[in-house]
This record gives sequence, structure tokens and C-alpha cells, in this order.
Amino acid sequence: MSEVYTHRERGVATAIFPIYLLLFPIPVVCFVGALATDLAYSASAYLMWLHFSEWLIATGLAFGALAALALLIEFFGSPAIRRGRLGWTHLVLFYAALIVELINALVHTIDGWTAVVPTGMTLSIIGAILALAAAGTLFRVPVTWAARREVMP
Amino acid sequence: MKTPCTALALAACVALAACGSSDQKNFDKSTEYGPSPTLPEPTRGLLPNMEVPKVVGWQGATPTVPQGFRIEALATGLANPRNVYPLPNGDLLVIESKKEAKEPIERPKRPVMAWVEAKAHGGGGGGPSNRILLLRGAAGGKPASQSVLIDHLNAPFGVVLVGDALYVADTDAILRFPFKAGDTRVGGAPVKVVDLPAGPINHHWTKSLTASPDGSKLYVGVGSNSNAMERGLDEEMNRAAIWEVDPSTGAFKVFASGLRNPNGLTFYPGSDVLWAVVNERDELGPNLVPDYLTSVTPGAFYGWPFSYWGQHVDPRVRPQQPERVKAAIPPDYGLSSHVAPLGLAFYTGKSFPAQFGGGAFVGEHGSWNRPELNGYKVVFIRFENGRPVGTPMDFVTGFLKDGQARGRPVGVAVDQAGALIVADDVGNTVWRVTSNSARP
Repeated sequence: MSEVYTHRERGVATAIFPIYLLLFPIPVVCFVGALATDLAYSASAYLMWLHFSEWLIATGLAFGALAALALLIEFFGSPAIRRGRLGWTHLVLFYAALIVELINALVHTIDGWTAVVPTGMTLSIIGAILALAAAGTLFRVPVTWAARREVMP
Repeated sequence: MKTPCTALALAACVALAACGSSDQKNFDKSTEYGPSPTLPEPTRGLLPNMEVPKVVGWQGATPTVPQGFRIEALATGLANPRNVYPLPNGDLLVIESKKEAKEPIERPKRPVMAWVEAKAHGGGGGGPSNRILLLRGAAGGKPASQSVLIDHLNAPFGVVLVGDALYVADTDAILRFPFKAGDTRVGGAPVKVVDLPAGPINHHWTKSLTASPDGSKLYVGVGSNSNAMERGLDEEMNRAAIWEVDPSTGAFKVFASGLRNPNGLTFYPGSDVLWAVVNERDELGPNLVPDYLTSVTPGAFYGWPFSYWGQHVDPRVRPQQPERVKAAIPPDYGLSSHVAPLGLAFYTGKSFPAQFGGGAFVGEHGSWNRPELNGYKVVFIRFENGRPVGTPMDFVTGFLKDGQARGRPVGVAVDQAGALIVADDVGNTVWRVTSNSARP
């Protein structure tokens, strides 16, 4: 069945997926980390933790933007990823995480406690769950999507 | 993907901003002045309101003054003139000042804010700054001569002459120069009276300075290192306060505290009551917190950072300190929010109409933290029995035109002839306002 996709997956889309797999974990790690530092701030009111959260969210968004771009190219280039629900689920979860964290970054610009409690931390929880769920979908990626280069002649 | 993401966030911002602006439209502007201004609930959209006018300069135009008054430029082409200080012999000191050091970047927000602030300031003149100029023969309009009295200072702001000593408040120290009215040069190297809190952050850096009427004590304003303690309490040691300094020993004590950024320190004429104008905190909404003019009660705590306008708790500050909030007293007179008062002068001259006698001129540098610009003018507040009354009257305006900044007023002073002098650090000009009925 792999033969069906082979010719259409050469070029950009073929090269971009490994890059995507390299970029995608960075925002996931950053957003989960920001949740941890938000919890630390809410428990201590120690401003260093707030600053950690701000940098983690900003870094997650920067690499997340690159990853999102790579994923978009992948979607344009690869019919396999567009086929079925899994690819779309992954994309929607990941983009939703980025949108939530973008809003979260703005909430975190507040000078002090109310940057985190309650709105910032709520958004950090939602963003981390969405990012982890997006990561979870990758466990179920079919061979025709994730490993298509191996099935090419 | 960036585009849909940004678009969504923008839509959210617009929705929030829309709520904010309708609140602002409903806000009764006549209630934001005086001893008990309206304090709406704190609000903030996703983004802090940031609105700064483009700097265009005066291009030959002049500010507007009320009928019966005249305004002219005493000196132009300056480099960030922030303060003016008339000497008893009619000479005028002009303090050019610029903070050179950059603040550390401890959070992603900081570079964005720095960029906005730089934009609000324009180029700030090309020439060297951080020096004090002496203008001689200025009483007739154009000064006969202009010379550099002191060069290579470190972001100076406050100046006060006590007998044969000229005290200059650099951002990091009070210096004493041998100098008396009539001199054209200082008589030697300065002596450092006392170090003042400065780097590496040095957020509010203008150190306002005055002397007690008998000259025995100096009073210096030391602004906070943050908006609302978001850099930690350690960074605020002896800041957001007015210090009382013994000029002979350099010994100091905190005279009053909880004053976020106190400027324009001036004793009310004929009294021993110290007054100041104070820049209150940002990012609690366009109509909060009002900046204010107040007499300074010795030993008093005015709330910052824990509370504003007396005992209104700022929810952003942790740990909260209820005991200190309980001790906080409200200031005397609200000037409305985000006007950024940096200059204060009581009218002691004779040439203006009688209603001006004993009243206060306040230089309002202008807002950046509200959608509708506020300040950018010099206002006059009438005094009765040594207390401010009524609402402020616009006195020098026209610093904004079509939403663009031609200048921004800072320090104000009344000279020996009874004229009002205004330092304009964006127009890079010193202005002089005289009454048409003025005696020569």
C-alpha cells in the first residue's frame, strides 16, 4: 500500500517530518515546565519562578511557531497525514496548545501575583494538557505517515 | 500557522480592549481630581495599554498659553533638558539629563517596554547631555549668554543652591560644588555628600532635590525600582521614598516612604511643609491609579507597593503586608491617572494675576499606559490657606498635536521676574511664560 504515496511524498514533505519531530518536543517540555514553575510561584510568591515561567512560555512559543510551520508544510505535502482523523487530531491539539500559551504569555506580563493566580496557572494547566495530548497522538502514528521513507523504493 | 494564531489572540485582545474602552467612556473625568478621586476597579486586558505619540518636534511652533500670557523659547537645540533652576541673580540653570545605563532583562516583557519608552522619547537631541548649562540675562527673553557650568554628570536632575554651595543630585549621589549666584564657573571639584540608590536596575532614576528653608537639611526623592514590586522587595531598599540628608555629614534617614516616584520636591513658600508630585503605578487600568500632588507628612507611609491612595490593596503584590497597609495614609490631591507629574513650582512671583499667588504649577510629562493620552501639559492648581482647591487649569498646552508629540514638559520653576520656566525634554527646549501685563 505504501506504493500509492511514494511519489507524492518526495521532496519537502519527506524532509520536513524529521525536522518537525525534532522541534515539536521543545514547546511540550517548555509548557509543562512553565506549569511546574507556576506551581512553584503560587506556593512561594518567589518572583524567580514567575520569570522562569515567562521565559519557558516565550521559548515554547518561539520553537512552537517553527514546529507549527513545519507541521503545516507537512500537511500540504503529505496526503498520508491528511488521511484519517489522527493527523488532524494532532494538529488541532498542538495549535490549540499554542494559542492558549500565547494568551498565557500575555497574562504572565502582569507585574506579580495576578500574573499566575488564578488565570495564568489555569492557562498553564490547559496548555500543558493540550501539548501532552498532542504528543500522545504521536504514539499511534501509522507506518504510512511517520516512517514513509522506509517504505519508499 | 502564525497568522491564524495571532489573529485569534488579536480577536481576544480586541474583545477585551472593547470592554475596557466602554468603561473608559463611562468614566466621569471631572471626578478624577482632588482630595478623593474616583477609583474604579482594577482592570487589565491581555496587553497593558500602551499608547505613545510619535515624536515630531516643534518645527518653529510654540506651546499654547491662556489669554493674557506669552510664551517664548529661551533656549533650543538642547539635549534632554529635564529641569530648570533659577538663581537669585537672575541666571538660570538648565539641567540636561539622560539615563545611559540599560536595565537588566530579567523577563521577556522588559525589552518590549524599553522599546516603547524609547519611542516616546524620540531621539532626545544629538548633542552631549548630562550637564548643567548657565543661561545669563534671560529675564528679557533671549539669554545674552549660554555656557556649560558643569559637564560629565551622571543623569543629574535635582539642583539646589544653599549659600555658597550648589548641590546636584546625580542619579547615584548628591554632589556639592563650590558656587554662588553670579559665578560663571564652579570653584573646583565636587565633594560627594551621600551615595544614592542607583544601578544596576535604577528604574526610576530622577533624583529630585531641595533644601529646608533654613538650609540645614537636604531632601531628595528616590523613586522605586519597579512598577509594583515585581523585581522583589530587596531591590526597593530605601527607594520609593524621600530622604532627609544632613549636608555636612551625609547622614540620611527616610523622611517619608511608600511614594512610588516622588519628584518636584518643594517647600511651600513661607512654611516648613514639604510638597511633592508622585507618579503612581501602572497596569491597573486607564483610570487607575491617579498620580498626585501632596504635602509630605514626616515619617508617613503612602502605601506603595502594598496599597494605593491610602489603603486600597494592590492585588499583584505578594507577600501582602496588612499591617503596613493599615498605616498607609492617602495623599492630598489627585491629578488624574498616568499624567506623569515630574515638575512642581509654587507661584511666588508678582507679575501673574493675583489668583496665581501661592498656587502650584505641575509639569505633566504625559502618559503611555492608557489608550487616551493624558498629561502632556503644565497645569495650574489654585491654593487657599496652603491647600490645593478646585480642579487643575490647563496652563501650557499644545505639546500634543494630532496625536503626535511636539514636546513633553518636565521640570517647572518660577524665575526672579515672576515668569514660569518649563523644561521640555522631547522638544529639547526651555520655555518661558510671561504675563502680558507683566512689569518689566
